[in-house]
Amino acid sequence: MTDMQKLYLLVPLAPLAGAILAGLFGRTIGRAGAHIVTILGVAIAFAASVVIYQDVQAGNSFNGTLYTWMTSGNLTFEVGFLIDPLTVMMMLVVTFVSLMVHIYTIGYMHEDPGYQRFFSYISLFTFSMLMLVMSNNFLQLFFGWEAVGLVSYLLIGFWYERPTAIYANLKAFLVNRVGDFGFLLGIGLIAAYTGSLNYSEVFAQGGALAAQEMAVTGWPLITAICICLFIGAMGKSAQVPLHVWLPDSMEGPTPISALIHAATMVTAGIFMVARMSPLFELSDTALSFVLVIGATTALFMGFLGIVQNDIKRVVAYSTLSQLGYMTVALGVSAYSAAVFHLMTHAFFKALLFLGAGSVIIGMHHDQDMRNMGGLWKYMPITWMTSLLGSLALIGFPFFAGFYSKDSIIEAVHASSIPGAGYALFCVMAGVFVTAFYSFRMYFLVFHGKERFGQDNGGHHDHEGDHDDEEVSSDHHHGLAPGQKPHESPWVVTLPLILLAIPSVVIGFFTIEPMLFGGWFKDAIHVGANHVGLAELAATFHGPVGMALHGLQTAPFWLAMSGVAVAWFFYMVRPDIPAAIQRTFSPVHALLENKYFFDRFNEIVFAGGSRMLGKGLWKVGDQTIIDGMAVNGTAKLVGWVAQISRLFQTGHLYQYAFAMIIGVFILLTFWFNLG
Amino acid sequence: MTGMPFLSLAIWIPILGGLLVLATGSDRNAPLARSLAMFIALAGFAVTVPLFLLFDASTSAMQFSEFLPWIPRFNINYHLGVDGISVLFVLLNAFITIIVVIAGWQVIQEKVAQYMAAFLIMSGLMNGIFSALDGILFYVFFEASLIPLYLVIGIWGGANRVYAAIKFFLYTLVGSLMMLVALLYLFMEAGGSFNILDWHKLPLAMPAQTLIFWAFLVAFAVKVPMWPVHTWLPDAHVEAPTGGSVVLAAIALKLGAYGFLRFSLPIVPDAAQAMAPMMIALSLIAVVYIGFVALAQTDMKKLVAYSSISHMGFVTLGFFMFNVVGMEGALVQMISHGFVSGAMFLCIGVLYDRMHTRNIADYGGVVKTMPKFAAFFMLFAMANAGLPGTSGFVGEFMVVLGAVQFNFWVAFAAASTLILGAAYTLWMYKRVVFGVIGNDHVAQLDDIGAREFAFLGILALCVMAMGLYPFPFTEVMHASVNELLRHVAVSKL
Repeated sequence: MTDMQKLYLLVPLAPLAGAILAGLFGRTIGRAGAHIVTILGVAIAFAASVVIYQDVQAGNSFNGTLYTWMTSGNLTFEVGFLIDPLTVMMMLVVTFVSLMVHIYTIGYMHEDPGYQRFFSYISLFTFSMLMLVMSNNFLQLFFGWEAVGLVSYLLIGFWYERPTAIYANLKAFLVNRVGDFGFLLGIGLIAAYTGSLNYSEVFAQGGALAAQEMAVTGWPLITAICICLFIGAMGKSAQVPLHVWLPDSMEGPTPISALIHAATMVTAGIFMVARMSPLFELSDTALSFVLVIGATTALFMGFLGIVQNDIKRVVAYSTLSQLGYMTVALGVSAYSAAVFHLMTHAFFKALLFLGAGSVIIGMHHDQDMRNMGGLWKYMPITWMTSLLGSLALIGFPFFAGFYSKDSIIEAVHASSIPGAGYALFCVMAGVFVTAFYSFRMYFLVFHGKERFGQDNGGHHDHEGDHDDEEVSSDHHHGLAPGQKPHESPWVVTLPLILLAIPSVVIGFFTIEPMLFGGWFKDAIHVGANHVGLAELAATFHGPVGMALHGLQTAPFWLAMSGVAVAWFFYMVRPDIPAAIQRTFSPVHALLENKYFFDRFNEIVFAGGSRMLGKGLWKVGDQTIIDGMAVNGTAKLVGWVAQISRLFQTGHLYQYAFAMIIGVFILLTFWFNLG
Repeated sequence: MTGMPFLSLAIWIPILGGLLVLATGSDRNAPLARSLAMFIALAGFAVTVPLFLLFDASTSAMQFSEFLPWIPRFNINYHLGVDGISVLFVLLNAFITIIVVIAGWQVIQEKVAQYMAAFLIMSGLMNGIFSALDGILFYVFFEASLIPLYLVIGIWGGANRVYAAIKFFLYTLVGSLMMLVALLYLFMEAGGSFNILDWHKLPLAMPAQTLIFWAFLVAFAVKVPMWPVHTWLPDAHVEAPTGGSVVLAAIALKLGAYGFLRFSLPIVPDAAQAMAPMMIALSLIAVVYIGFVALAQTDMKKLVAYSSISHMGFVTLGFFMFNVVGMEGALVQMISHGFVSGAMFLCIGVLYDRMHTRNIADYGGVVKTMPKFAAFFMLFAMANAGLPGTSGFVGEFMVVLGAVQFNFWVAFAAASTLILGAAYTLWMYKRVVFGVIGNDHVAQLDDIGAREFAFLGILALCVMAMGLYPFPFTEVMHASVNELLRHVAVSKL
């Protein structure tokens, strides 16, 4: 093993070691010990990732096996790493955001009795996510995929006494399993038709796959594979209709909302599709499917962000919508733009979530924006960094989000695959919606009248969406009358500042190499029949030119009008939103109920399964099998016994006669059978 | 070393040792009975370790063979041997016996010697089943193993134990009688040989093959249990003491599945091929139908029992697709299920010992008072739901891969376990472990002690080791599985 390979190994293992130490020996090493070992582990992983990045920058890459997990038939199952520009970019994002979140957690969770457990989980998550992105094969990909799901499950339910939290984590796990169901079948198809689970070997057979039809069903094989894989991505990256778990996942502590449910885990689906670009490129049907799902998510989940009053839920719907943008980029073969947006989004969305968390600390765990207002005065760092994050999110020129989002819109514009027109409408309208809900939140939280410290009771109804679970009230205590919010400690604000820097500048510095400089040329494949980013590349004249050009385009003015409308509605005329709500109450009800997805799932899938299970059990097992067959046989035996008792005459000659008949019958059978 | 009769030792150390334990008599000598049982269980396991270490994975031939005339008049022999299919089950069985002895250490306070003896004797008999190469020897072990389990349920069981014990006994006895008829027929056909390996080579006409297949099917399907002859299992589990449930789930269910591989497939390959669509249909019903039934359970033990049936559906599914990944996946699933279902029943036992109820609704918030237990239970629940990194994933994954090779829709139905398995397992976990403390009894629970930590910890290591590195398990199987599939592909007509 070379030094470089040892370093690859160190990246996932350092956080794993931290997780094990903090998890199993948490009591021994204490609270400080737990955060020191885990932060050290993640810091080592980050430092190693930087070194690996430089190595990859120098033109090196690696694709090799760590150990053979198992063999069976013609299949070899291995654990191994693929280190290329795509991987190393993900490693940097994951370890950096994770490091920020680890530090932030010291402040956010410092009163929590489960302090060590929390650090153990987030380090375990970092390990799992790294295994996922560093994999060179489908087995390990699936391992990482499910492992991050497990940690997400554990963390959403971290406060396991809250009924809403343990409802949300079960829901998250099961909805993800629906996606994994498709994912597993996709992997199964790949294994069955290529005889390999190794990326490079599978990609090498891509052309052969594209020429085949599936046995039994007769579907085009490559389309079936890609759609199955994408169903997995729909679960993990929360695309409609498998998005329902993500808003509820906000029941988890805020640091993990930032790390898992915004920056890294939910982007695993995007990463996976980008990684599989050599396969997706072969099926226009699959790409159209991806495009339409992504576009729908981008716009319609954005709408839902408008009606939320819980600060974290606004950011959650914003995440859904942004994941939709990434998916749209995948659909139009602009994989590098998707990954680019994944990266910029990881920074500014983590920042927004951590900023929201800082607000929540300042507000003493009140999350209702209707109780906030004017916080800029009390929380200056949180305010400034949140503003920067919001500007990045709405795609303000020169900010990170501008470069990535504008590239996606341009790519959709250039694309001609079926669904591109619909997608263009969605992503354009989405720009307005994004700006509107972002600045609605910004104004409600940081500006306007100070609404905290009033005993208006208004903050108890913000979780009314769990009709079947009662809301635990103890956690949302909020500020007492007269009490003022306060800025968070440095362990909280430092990560905000460190995340704000890339949120502003990362797009400016990286767009050229990532999108047009061939950084991903070996990792991402775009077919000759697809435009991808080629058209955009032709008109690209440096990041400054792009930003200046951006000032004259529709998306910029859409975003500005979104901000203006938000300002007008929530700063100037706060009575207007209420009036609109009254006038368009059916629309509002539709949004308030999140298009009734949850109710539908609760009644049809959850309720239906329980009823079906009960029916099969009571009718199938108890009435038919046990009642009729088993006990029926017992009754039959009893009945036969009643009759056969008549034969117990006590007369020897009758017995002898019966025996002779019996022997005769047996012999007849015997000879005929032989 | 290879000359040592390891298989005989694995069979007779527990049986004779069990009789010795029985001889310690009344409960005054309970401590002695326990220690002696532990010693014998360890010794019994120790003699199986060489089976694995000295096993030659390159051949499909029977190894560690032993041959002694038993009843020469009918050419019945004491003929033992293991191949890559059976050797792992001997180890699993000996290993689980240790766990069962530890698990019954404090819980069983009445008739201790008899309890320990029953499990030891059962363990020896089951090793006999997995290593017998003579039809009658197999049959004797197969039937004899019913008796200790019947007694365990009937004596140390719950309130409704007699009903459950008799249901269990009758169900399985009907099946075995059919098998006996088939064995005698094969004896005649083979010109007076009970050698199972001779039977493998025996040409048979299709009608005879079909009848023999059905006779074996009735015997083995009940044991697995396959839908629709599965209803004895939840009752037996509910009434059995924890140790009984563990052995039932971990080992006894494997006997039927093993029977398919040793008898049905190689002896009547053409009938097996012809019946495969039906077998696959029944397996899928077990996976899906039983998955839904598990969802509706209110009793933890019943829930895990139904989950067992559903998991065993994967095993029979893997067998009858006749491809390598599917069949090896099924075998891996059998081993893993031994660890995972055993551990699940032990977890329920830990709770039952404290609360004396198996009702899910009587719990809630257990994590608050039993955090260590909750962590173990989480691991096993996840393994039950087939999470990668645990043993539960390996077999399911392989069988699904095999199913996709075989027929996409079969895979589609089988993969639904990903959702159903997670749903019933984690929903139960949520209601039992998470939430606010349900009642005063839960509030007073003590976390697991050293003894409980030991057996859960050992099983946790097994579950994770097999999940992270299944290589050694599958390596052992290759030669035998390939040979079996090659054999099944050749018509006997």
